[in-house]
Amino acid sequence: MTQKRRVLVTGVSRFLGLRLAKRLESDPEVEALIGVDLEEPPVNIRGLEFVRADIRSPMIARVLEATKADTIIHTNIASSPALLGGRSQMKENNVIGTMQLLAAAQRAENVKKVVMRSSTAVYGSRSGEPSVIPEDYASRNVHLVGYGKDCAEAEQYGRDYSRRRPDVDVVILRTQNVIGPTVRTTMTDYFKLPVVPTALGFDPRLQLLHEEDAVDALYDAVMKDCKGIFNVAGNGVVFLSQAIRMLGKIPAPLLAPAAQSTAAFLKRFGLVDFPADQLRLIMFGRVVSTMRAKAAFGFEPKFTTKACIQDFRDHRIDELPPDPAGHPVWERELFEYLNQKSDNGREKV
Amino acid sequence: MADAEIIPLDPKDRRDAQKALEAVANTPGIEDFIRRRLSGDYEVDDFGYDEELNRTILMPLVRPLYETYFRVRTLGVDRIPNEGSALLIANHSGTIPLDAVMMQYAVAAEHPEKRLVRNVGADLVWDLPLIGPLGRKGGNVVACDEDTNELIRRGELVGVFPEGYKGTGKGWSERYKLQRFGRGGFIEVALRTKTPIVPVAIVGAEEAFPMIANLKGLARMFGFPYFPITPTFPLFGPLGLLPLPSRWVIEFGDPIPMDTYPDDASEDAMLVFDLSDQIRDNIQQMVLRNLKKRGGAFF
Repeated sequence: MTQKRRVLVTGVSRFLGLRLAKRLESDPEVEALIGVDLEEPPVNIRGLEFVRADIRSPMIARVLEATKADTIIHTNIASSPALLGGRSQMKENNVIGTMQLLAAAQRAENVKKVVMRSSTAVYGSRSGEPSVIPEDYASRNVHLVGYGKDCAEAEQYGRDYSRRRPDVDVVILRTQNVIGPTVRTTMTDYFKLPVVPTALGFDPRLQLLHEEDAVDALYDAVMKDCKGIFNVAGNGVVFLSQAIRMLGKIPAPLLAPAAQSTAAFLKRFGLVDFPADQLRLIMFGRVVSTMRAKAAFGFEPKFTTKACIQDFRDHRIDELPPDPAGHPVWERELFEYLNQKSDNGREKV
Repeated sequence: MADAEIIPLDPKDRRDAQKALEAVANTPGIEDFIRRRLSGDYEVDDFGYDEELNRTILMPLVRPLYETYFRVRTLGVDRIPNEGSALLIANHSGTIPLDAVMMQYAVAAEHPEKRLVRNVGADLVWDLPLIGPLGRKGGNVVACDEDTNELIRRGELVGVFPEGYKGTGKGWSERYKLQRFGRGGFIEVALRTKTPIVPVAIVGAEEAFPMIANLKGLARMFGFPYFPITPTFPLFGPLGLLPLPSRWVIEFGDPIPMDTYPDDASEDAMLVFDLSDQIRDNIQQMVLRNLKKRGGAFF
């Protein structure tokens, strides 16, 4: 692309959106960088035009018009109900948010590319699912709940949009479970437990995506000429039992029916929020094929699944106690981490 | 369990079991193996095959069953190509899919390249605790086109039992009569990918676990495809799950090339049915021939 890009990032205060914006701030191909979220990003991003807006409001159409954005990066799909104040809020954010954003983008003439982050959760997790799931596997997704269902519904809006605006390159990235030294996900919460609950008699294969690779994949999907649906995950798999051994944790095998109530118990005490779809994940796992992303935009993860676990074990930045200002812990972790990395520190724009 | 009784093992069985355990304990580098296991420092492939576990633990455990218990005679194993992909199509019988395990062992132990057969297993196998994960670690995969295609792309041997539950769940009176070959999906895959088919006949599994009756009501209740009644099960409880010591023969036939058909042959439904029937007849003949040659089922 010869023309410089005007990029709009939704969910810019969350992990992926923020890291991507950080990556784009110094990119010579980016002419304007617009970030949308409900809260201001916890770190300073050079040249970022921050708009405090709800993507569910009509205001988003005006933002698109005013900024003449030609690239929309939609990262605002959250996996954990806890961070959004409940499951219904989460669904509202994930599904209705995507619907409104894409409705607004349908009118926006300038838009040339839309990159949506979805998740491999759209495949669900079942015993009879293919061992290595390709993108066009028609998941019998009637069994989907929670996050997976949200992603599948949000993707449907993406596909509809792509059909109505054939001139726009729509990319849907289905990211595998993300793990790493700074990100906080259901997986990292799970592996931080001193005693890790597992399902008795089950030992699923795990496939993980390193946080750095997630950001790289998102960046490449934006910058390279491509469209379609892509799985994104680290190479290789480990068994859950193997991962627990590598982390030096103790497995606590539970009978599958008891696992449900244990999950509810752990959630109540704020230890880990492990929704029902994740419970199936620790029984049956889910591994996807990444061949298509490798061919289309040269996706080559730096971390294998095994290396993801090692990096998580060796370099995890421990949580700080919650501060009085009320920032969620994960934001402060990010803040610390990004400040370390960013040479500009807290300089204001 | 107040009145649990100890059933003494047949001295021969005990010797076999002891030998198997000793074989494991005497493996060179077993200390390293245990250390790697405890620290999670080992590799598995994308499908979950754990080569180290398989060769160090699982295969030595299957060996006495294969060599001493079933006295398996394996014929024509070198007809399986030394490299590249092939579909091994075999008859299926015996209530518990032990035939798949024995075929896998036969190739892993007796083939010149000691190749691994990746058997495709039905959904039910993967639903089961313990069996499901063990099946994966032993190199087996899910019965679906996606898995078969991916394995063929990687040049692996894929073991298919197209009769499915109809094969394992048939009654004693139907022994060694091959059932319908599914819907011919494996032929379509073979034609599309031009992968040769190796027909396999397995004799002996029928007598290892003969099904005299099938309690359909109970099967429905548990969600199983069938609920077998055998001479020993459920009469002797869990012990009845032990197979009878039948004598086995496994014969691998000459590979049938699939690259002689046109590119769109897999779209030709009639050709697919014809080929499917041909291969079924082929295997049926091999089964009957070997059944005759074997003689007595147990001695």
